Amino acid sequence: MAADGLHENETLASLKSEAESLKGKLEEERAKLHDVELHQVAERVEALGQFVMKTRRTLKGHGNKVLCMDWCKDKRRIVSSSQDGKVIVWDSFTTNKEHAVTMPCTWVMACAYAPSGCAIACGGLDNKCSVYPLTFDKNENMAAKKKSVAMHTNYLSACSFTNSDMQILTASGDGTCALWDVESGQLLQSFHGHGADVLCLDLAPSETGNTFVSGGCDKKAMVWDMRSGQCVQAFETHESDINSVRYYPSGDAFASGSDDATCRLYDLRADREVAIYSKESIIFGASSVDFSLSGRLLFAGYNDYTINVWDVLKGSRVSILFGHENRVSTLRVSPDGTAFCSGSWDHTLRVWA
Amino acid sequence: MAPTRPQTPRPLRVNSRGAGLRPGRSGAGNPTLPASAMAAGPAPLGGHPRAQKPHLSKMERVVVSMQDPDQGVKMQSQRLLITVIPHAVTGNDVVEWLIQKYCIAEDEALHLGTLLVQHGYLYPLRDPRRLLLRPDETPYRFQTPYFWMSTLWPAAELDYAIYLAKKNIRKQGALVDHEKAHYDQLHRKINHTWDLVVMQAREQLRAAKQRRKGDRLVIACQEQTYWLVNRPPPGVPSVLEQGPERGSCTARQVQMTKTVDFYKREIECCRKALGRTRVKSSVCLEAYLKFSSQRGPHDPLLSGCLPSNPWVTDDDTYWAMNAPSVAVPTKLRVEQWAFSFRELLEDPVGRAHFMDFLQTEFSAENLSFWEACEELRHGGQAQVPALVDAVYQQFLAPGAARWVNIDSRTMERTLEGLGRPHRHVLDDAQLHIYMLMKKDSYPRFLKSDLYKDLLAEAVVPLETKRRVFPFMWKPRHSSPSLALLPTSTSGEPEAAAGSPGGGDGET
Repeated sequence: MAADGLHENETLASLKSEAESLKGKLEEERAKLHDVELHQVAERVEALGQFVMKTRRTLKGHGNKVLCMDWCKDKRRIVSSSQDGKVIVWDSFTTNKEHAVTMPCTWVMACAYAPSGCAIACGGLDNKCSVYPLTFDKNENMAAKKKSVAMHTNYLSACSFTNSDMQILTASGDGTCALWDVESGQLLQSFHGHGADVLCLDLAPSETGNTFVSGGCDKKAMVWDMRSGQCVQAFETHESDINSVRYYPSGDAFASGSDDATCRLYDLRADREVAIYSKESIIFGASSVDFSLSGRLLFAGYNDYTINVWDVLKGSRVSILFGHENRVSTLRVSPDGTAFCSGSWDHTLRVWA
Repeated sequence: MAPTRPQTPRPLRVNSRGAGLRPGRSGAGNPTLPASAMAAGPAPLGGHPRAQKPHLSKMERVVVSMQDPDQGVKMQSQRLLITVIPHAVTGNDVVEWLIQKYCIAEDEALHLGTLLVQHGYLYPLRDPRRLLLRPDETPYRFQTPYFWMSTLWPAAELDYAIYLAKKNIRKQGALVDHEKAHYDQLHRKINHTWDLVVMQAREQLRAAKQRRKGDRLVIACQEQTYWLVNRPPPGVPSVLEQGPERGSCTARQVQMTKTVDFYKREIECCRKALGRTRVKSSVCLEAYLKFSSQRGPHDPLLSGCLPSNPWVTDDDTYWAMNAPSVAVPTKLRVEQWAFSFRELLEDPVGRAHFMDFLQTEFSAENLSFWEACEELRHGGQAQVPALVDAVYQQFLAPGAARWVNIDSRTMERTLEGLGRPHRHVLDDAQLHIYMLMKKDSYPRFLKSDLYKDLLAEAVVPLETKRRVFPFMWKPRHSSPSLALLPTSTSGEPEAAAGSPGGGDGET
């Protein structure tokens, strides 16, 4: 018995060191083709003009911290979720609330709008992801048609519909991501590889539409093949939890925001980190990031209540936006790029343009 | 509730430290305390071992460099009535120092300074009840590291009880509402050791009387600040809140990382990664430049949009003109179809016109096949067998009505897979047809009269007259200061006199 245990420990230790040395070799390989820095290449790009963005709408109605939001494809509706279990659908252009449902759990950390605009998905400390069809029938209780789709063994941190209303991708504190069939709740594929809680995910805007990226508390960003469940690429350069990942509009890169107060850009073809967006005066973690339509601007919400706007190519910070009175927890650019929405622990959402 | 600490009487370390009057630097110059006194061990049961968040150590580094004798903030003695307190700084000097050190504007410096105060690293000498940073002559001092969030966290209930008891004893009615509520609650909860609490409180007050007035005042401020951070009054957001615990269950982490499977997977992933083809950075980065410059005019937040950005002018004409199935698309939209095949297909109007074009070339079944495959891939699990069958009948079967031309090898593999239909069974065939359209039909479409006519007929909206000036003009001389006008509480755009948008002739 003791001999077996020892054997397993030895195997474990040797596996660990093998993994470490392979990672080292990988970094060496990646460095070989790195012949220029992004800001050098971007020297000949015209500098951006002065930026003035303002809050154009303030959505008040949540009684507690706003944790997550998502845009509807119609470019004006949004769904938002909060700590007290409330999930609200707004027409943010008019600031009217159109639907509201109270989840049976607190800390609803994930919510998503279905591509059709006819349903929303949400989840959090209940370890599940549930889908609610949206109905305008006054007599119908939204909660009645609720469908439990995903089941994890720890909190749900992120969810997203794929190209249709029929599949949902989830990320969880149990260290895994999973793809589910909405109708049946069947698990279609699971993704193992993170060494700690997975906090965020984003689907790739690729032609074949088969990959997504996730970020976690193990400081790793991992790119997955949705069909095989395999990890395709992994990046480990952040110094703390990765709170948010978002693809560059071309699909050839993605940005990440982390508790180490930096945002970083990773190129998938070069297979390496290519830019770091940081400033000495920015001390608090970045909780959420998103690109403008052209990919030239990166908007990042931080735990110090501010939003910083970065010039993706030049690496400089072009603007800092004040307004929220507590940490910014979620940030998404609208589908047509006319605005972005931020949600905060100060109970409000703001639309900026 | 955080568990109470071991029941050793709380030593008079706060007073005996005498360190209140020296800059709060741990180490040289401060009297060392008996080890037993430093019962500041973090991470009791239930507290999270990840307490030392990166932002705390960064704030501490800032605060330490602020106290540097040469490069730090200007220190001066502060007179409070008849007492003189050394090593004080003014709010103004703090803000100035931050501006200089980090090359930031005043608003950002004030914001950062305020965060330092809110986290208890600086405390106001006057009105210590509100943790705010005033950019004027208001005096502040640096908090002693003993009371830093990273040192003494979480705050112990016993200590809070003693603190409140002291306040109560020293002056009747000194406790404010929320403190009274806490006091009563604690009194009920740790009633069995209440004598100890009162005894400690009296002892600390007695020892305090021995001190000089200046020391007494400073220590009181330090303590008060500590409790303002750890037991904020109602309405003040707590800076301690972290949200649900992450990866905090050490047992769970151990389970997740230390399995043979986990490392095997990592090794596999690394091996594959080592074998992949990489592209030179210069090539990849050039691609961003090209992409961004091509898309720049299409990016509303970067270049504005015509007739106007609905969020800015409250006029939603832009959305009406760009509706998914609008009759006459805008010029920018039609131009975008030429950027990539994917974008053409993603736009319902673009896709419809492309379908029309394919019909003129008698290859419309390719697009229909592709659409059917998409439906399969993203459809419900239950529909898979029926969809696969439908696709086979319509597009793949010999003599099918809309037979698609796939190379024989792919066709063979596909037909084989149809025996066990799953949502990815048509992936290869779909990719083949997609590439065919992309390399063949798509370039012809872009050169076709159909497309050229669409471009010519496309609408270029006129700019709407707006209340506020347009969003962005030619690049200005960059400056670090970005004045943000205050927004009204309703969130409506301000009808600003000195326009925010620029372009009104200012340089």
